[in-house]
Amino acid sequence: MKLTGAEIIMECLLREGVRVVFGYPGGAILPTYDAFYQYRDRIHHVLVRHEQGASHMADGFARATGQVGVCIATSGPGATNLVTGLATAMMDSVPVVAITGQVPRAAIGTDAFQETDVTGVTIPVTKHNYLVGSIEELAYTIREAFHIARSGRPGPVLIDIPKDIQTASTEFVYPEGEIRLPGYVLPKQASDVDIKAALKLIAEAKRPVILAGHGLIMSGAVNEVRELAERANIPVALTLLGKGAMPENHPLTIGMMGMHGAAATNYAIQESDLLIALGMRFDDRVTGNLKTYAPHAKKIHVDIDPSEINKNVKVDVGIHGDLKTVLRQMLPLLESKSHPEWMARIRDWQEDGSERDILNYDTGDKLLGAQVINDLWKYTGGEAITVTDVGQHQMLEAQYYPHQRPATMLTSGGLGTMGFGFPAAIGAKFGKPEEEVWAIVGDGGFQMTLCELATARQENVKVNIAILNNSYLGMVRQWQEFFYDERYQSTPMFNPDFCKLAEAYDIPAMRVTRRDQIAESVEFARRHDGPVLIEYVIEKEEIVYPMVPAGADLDKMIRRPKPNEVKHG
Amino acid sequence: MADNGTSKNTLVALVENKPGVLNRVASLFRRRNFNVDSLTVGRTHKDHVSRMTIVVDVKRADARIIAANLKKLINVIDVQNMSEQPHISRDLALIKVRTDDVESRNGVTLICERYPARIVDIGTKVAIIEITAQEDIVEALINELRPIGIVELVRTGVVAMGRGIRILDTDYEPLRFGEAANNGLERYGV
Ligand SMILES: Cc1ncc(C[n+]2csc(CCOP(=O)(O)OP(=O)(O)O)c2C)c(N)n1
Ligand SMILES: [Mg+2]
Repeated sequence: MKLTGAEIIMECLLREGVRVVFGYPGGAILPTYDAFYQYRDRIHHVLVRHEQGASHMADGFARATGQVGVCIATSGPGATNLVTGLATAMMDSVPVVAITGQVPRAAIGTDAFQETDVTGVTIPVTKHNYLVGSIEELAYTIREAFHIARSGRPGPVLIDIPKDIQTASTEFVYPEGEIRLPGYVLPKQASDVDIKAALKLIAEAKRPVILAGHGLIMSGAVNEVRELAERANIPVALTLLGKGAMPENHPLTIGMMGMHGAAATNYAIQESDLLIALGMRFDDRVTGNLKTYAPHAKKIHVDIDPSEINKNVKVDVGIHGDLKTVLRQMLPLLESKSHPEWMARIRDWQEDGSERDILNYDTGDKLLGAQVINDLWKYTGGEAITVTDVGQHQMLEAQYYPHQRPATMLTSGGLGTMGFGFPAAIGAKFGKPEEEVWAIVGDGGFQMTLCELATARQENVKVNIAILNNSYLGMVRQWQEFFYDERYQSTPMFNPDFCKLAEAYDIPAMRVTRRDQIAESVEFARRHDGPVLIEYVIEKEEIVYPMVPAGADLDKMIRRPKPNEVKHG
Repeated sequence: MADNGTSKNTLVALVENKPGVLNRVASLFRRRNFNVDSLTVGRTHKDHVSRMTIVVDVKRADARIIAANLKKLINVIDVQNMSEQPHISRDLALIKVRTDDVESRNGVTLICERYPARIVDIGTKVAIIEITAQEDIVEALINELRPIGIVELVRTGVVAMGRGIRILDTDYEPLRFGEAANNGLERYGV
């Protein structure tokens, strides 16, 4: 059968299991939009209001489902608007395929209208990219792109397709054969030597800690890590993206590590004699000062990306492999152990931590972000998919919304992209329509992508938007308070009336100013079918404790004074 | 070995012969802040395979990180650090020197006799000397010629090959798509 390039794109998307794409039309991609019209009952196209939104929606879809998320844009400005979303997905290893229109082949290199060297621009922010050279290679290229996006260490892949290839036609035969990528080798089994070396370190350890990262979730190895932790009695510290890799109510889960991690977790890491790093990459936000990081610990590092091993932290045993495979090799040989003293020591730190928990302070009638998140957790039964933006509210969510299941806390960790939360939540809801999805955003970040309110309304997608409005770029304000002598340059914000704004988009909204309204706000959100916006007007000058200043030793945290040391938090 | 524990590491990469690949490699070195001493690319005996030789002055551990990052590029088929094995390496230089008096002409001739170098062009004003040798020998010649007066210089950068029967090659055969194989466009990926 003869198909146009645009139709071939549709056929390939269908064969990759794609049922929804997020995009925005324009000249160089119009033939493909015409094909979307033809395929509209099989592929749902979500019209965003800014291509950045499309890239984050594809990302949120992918994080929530583990499947490849797809976004689409026209050449030039459409494509460059995707860049932030691609960089976000790249940093957090999220499988996304971006399709962009390009000017016709004959015009490439002539500074044609809306021509940008998109493959050039996106080399550093994609796992791989393609400028399709002919209609003959189109189908194969799309297949390869999806394969690369989802396999190994996942990541975004961009396919730039000249307009004349979209309109050309050819006899369509789907390339079923092998994918031939000589330079792309996926790891198989780990060597027995490495497995034994790791097991030996685990057997000898007296103060071990597992560092559980995003890789465990992507590998689907949450049961395996749990078995490892339980059998060898090892406490599990989570990275921000590792939240959900181990149920947070599990007695061995000791909480988040790093800059705004639990103090107990950071102390445990610093005092440990063995770190077992699984699918994490020793980001500076989790290690603090590398020179003083976990000085007594031997280190095991398992990662699917060999270039991560020994990158930031020198390790004793580095295993290149998929976590599920590697852990399954280890488990049959793993001996039971217990570390009662070590666990008791961690409990002591944890007790000190709860004494300093703001929820245990008398804060009068202030409404704190921590309280909002805690109560959202309570009233959603801890079962929602939460998608955060970037800032204090993000760290508060990480601290006060424990998750029991993988892929239920979605956040931009590596890039820290403000504007991510709301569109990513829309994408997540498309991927998981049966789940309750909450976007938890700050007043600053929300304004970066709030145009997607129209998208949410047009699609009537049931996303609950919780804005934690402190009228500040709160996290930056916190840095200014600590490190810049309270010079609040460019952080106080005039904000729109968010409820009226929602009203303008025909979206129900509620403003919450007291803690006792939070339960009602959740009910309010649940009462409506489509998107709902809730503005929580919170304390302006809240601080997220503890905090490891950038580059400081991990255990040199700024801690909240205990209640008897101050009048109020 | 330099004082700070760095040394020259000669990495050889087999890559798919596609126009965007050099760009990807250059982009990698730039964004990861890996400093390149020299980088050369050329065809191999197979049309679809090119070979790059990249010299970096780094610690051995960093060379491993660089190699791992190179291998991560989809179009890079294989990477080996020649400095971890016996190998031959060669650099080629063309050196134009001043020869506008008898003294300098004689000087050039005498110096070249002690090197694997040839005078490939000579006139009353300048001469061009060609040398193909290990990098340090090329450098020694350049230093000896300096006092005479170098007016122009070009080097290819180092190429290298492992000694003995271990072969760096690939069996991979690329997929070919219709007449698309070569339409003159800059293409990334397949
Ligand atoms: C796109 C982008 N620009 C700037 C920053 C730097 N930044 C990090 S947190 C933050 C403040 C966020 O403010 P808000 O969204 O109100 O959240 P809050 O911290 O108040 O909860 C800023 C500006 C960023 N992370 N992303
Ligand atoms: Mg704010």
